[in-house]
Amino acid sequence: MTKSIMLVGVGGQGTLLASRILGNALLSQGYDVKVSEVHGMSQRGGSVVTYIKYGEKIYSPVIEKGEADIIVAFEQLEAARWLPYLKKGGKIITNTQQINPMPVIMGVQEYPDALIEKIKAKGVDITAVDALALAEEAGSSRAVNVVLMGLISKSAGFPEEVWQKALEECVPPKALEINKKAFALGRAV
Amino acid sequence: MAKLMLGNQAVARGLYEAGVQVVSSYPGTPSTEITEFASTYNKDEMYSEWAPNEKVACEVAIGASIAGKRAFCAMKHVGLNVAADPLYTASYTGVNGGLVVAVADDQGMHSSQNEQDSRNHAKGAKLPMIEPSDSGECKEFTKLAYEISEKFDTPVLLRLSTRVAHSQSSVETEERTEVNKPYEKTPTKYIMTPANAKPRHIFVEERMKKLTEYAENCPLNRVEMGSDEIGIITNGVAYQYAKEALGDKASYLKLGMVNPLPVKLIKDFASKVKKLYVIEELDDIIETHCRKIGLNPIGKELFTFLGEYSQTMIKEKILGEKNEFVALEDVIPVRPPVMCAGCPHRGVFYTLKKLGVFVSGDIGCYTLGSAAPLNAMDTTVCMGASISGLHGFNKAMKGEYEGKAVAVIGDSTFIHSGITGLIDIAYNGTNSTVLILDNSITGMTGHQNNPANGKNIYGDPAAAVNLEALCHSVGIDRVTVVDPSDLAALEKTIKEELNAKAPSVIICRKPCALLKTVKHKPPFKIDEEKCKSCKACMKIGCPAISVTGKAKIDNTLCVGCGLCMQMCKFDAIKE
Repeated sequence: MTKSIMLVGVGGQGTLLASRILGNALLSQGYDVKVSEVHGMSQRGGSVVTYIKYGEKIYSPVIEKGEADIIVAFEQLEAARWLPYLKKGGKIITNTQQINPMPVIMGVQEYPDALIEKIKAKGVDITAVDALALAEEAGSSRAVNVVLMGLISKSAGFPEEVWQKALEECVPPKALEINKKAFALGRAV
Repeated sequence: MAKLMLGNQAVARGLYEAGVQVVSSYPGTPSTEITEFASTYNKDEMYSEWAPNEKVACEVAIGASIAGKRAFCAMKHVGLNVAADPLYTASYTGVNGGLVVAVADDQGMHSSQNEQDSRNHAKGAKLPMIEPSDSGECKEFTKLAYEISEKFDTPVLLRLSTRVAHSQSSVETEERTEVNKPYEKTPTKYIMTPANAKPRHIFVEERMKKLTEYAENCPLNRVEMGSDEIGIITNGVAYQYAKEALGDKASYLKLGMVNPLPVKLIKDFASKVKKLYVIEELDDIIETHCRKIGLNPIGKELFTFLGEYSQTMIKEKILGEKNEFVALEDVIPVRPPVMCAGCPHRGVFYTLKKLGVFVSGDIGCYTLGSAAPLNAMDTTVCMGASISGLHGFNKAMKGEYEGKAVAVIGDSTFIHSGITGLIDIAYNGTNSTVLILDNSITGMTGHQNNPANGKNIYGDPAAAVNLEALCHSVGIDRVTVVDPSDLAALEKTIKEELNAKAPSVIICRKPCALLKTVKHKPPFKIDEEKCKSCKACMKIGCPAISVTGKAKIDNTLCVGCGLCMQMCKFDAIKE
């Protein structure tokens, strides 16, 4: 049974690192894993998406509309943008942080209001958490990604040591302490 | 032990295990990480470098191959156009040590100016091309490519795509094997004068026949029989999409060797299935081959020439099945990439917009200067075209636009192929003004050192091109250096050089804001009492600043570059 997870956010929020932590944790549990990322233009503050698929045998590295079991949104508007990718009965975990895209900054378009409520009203299972506040509590606003990894680690169903090991493999040593704290804060939500 | 690796990382591992000794590349998304990962291996075993452009990289690899060592270069699809000159003749010379050239296509144009299918180059150069569909195959195919190269005396093209290059899947690692061949002077093979090249062309045609025979039975091509109702001939990542979409409902001929294509293998597969499809992204190369050998598959009449395919597209087109999904009624604002907060290019494009000049653009982060609100670019074609294009524009306008037109080009792009255009300006005389945006790094592809920044791929000190001296030496007398974060000085310099009756170069020099060596100031602050909400600070298009009521600076983004402070007439922005 293939499981599909999408990490969506804004370039610079650390979705790539998060996908590597998750991918390594899954691989160590004996799954076939594919992680797909897009580099380049999308890094410059654009909308970014990473696909993680695992199961007995994975073919396509990408996730399409109506296929994701879990969408982890690092920013609210991105949760709304990628909502069509969620499978019926799937789950969204979103950071409540709002980052204005350029058309909103320039006043050409408006940032839609009450997005989380609207997604909920569609009958979608959505959990919202202020990951930025938790990241700042851990010691760095840049640790939003690891807070969210801590949060999804709870529902992944394998031991916390697996995640700790993946974290150690993917994070540079000098940033490890803050990231471990961020992970613990996310996991405690 | 299996490891999760990017396709590019797996290619680098394959190079190491295959005993490759020389790697030379120019960065280009989605190929860049191959060479970055290659440079993490011991350089005494496998030496890596960034070359000034793909042509040079390819020639370096050819030289290393002639020396008897296994050699490699990597590039993006458009880079192969630059390297095509040496490559097409290396097809004639063949190799001594194995030679593999990786080319990464960008279906969907995630980060490219066109969507060309590099299989056309394999056909044109008469070279074998192999194409993996995941990271495991990236490593295995890379190693096999060296065997093919040496066995058939040919360079081998390794074709990747964005999805294969930038997806991670598991890879088993093995030990390195060393391969060394002696160098012997062989003019008939390595000096391609007409007298030598004519017999080599005969060799090339014979080689293609032998490679076609190889393709009939090689481990790169495989048949996977499922239901015989549907037969799919496919390659690369499209195989993965088809397999996920159709599973056992179809049989598959997966072609890992995409040039030359087998004949008997395809005919045999076609005879075993009731309905035959070709599923290949971009051009109809396999489909055309099928028609040439008398088959009539369903291909581009159903599947597009454009962009990436997917499992849902295949499921819908072949099985008529669609996924259900929910969406909000709200219009979701787009989130295009933008110049980073603190980007040294921002002030340049603000000033060019203010002056209302024609801007001949180029390839790099600064192509984002074409986006709103700066909108300060008129053209972008290919690496280096800003400068030569400006010269042509000015010649065609018979001087009418001299003083009203500039070219903008980054430091790495200037070294790549901008310098030749500048020589044309000096030699054939237009009063053109060229802005070199020197941010001390190759930025767009993720920070690679280059010949102008004084560091090699390993971060060790290296000779640095002196841009001022270089421009002077090709015949440009007016060369000025300006700090692009000083808007007043920048505008004054650009105006002066536009008004000069001579060709000129302005070097706008400030390091990329994302470089770890760049020290940032703390975020700036808004004095709300002084802010008149005039939105002057919004004209620079900085993602860290917004105005809802009063101006607001986002502390998580602002790096204290001070550009917005120069925009404010009311002294409302403070350090």
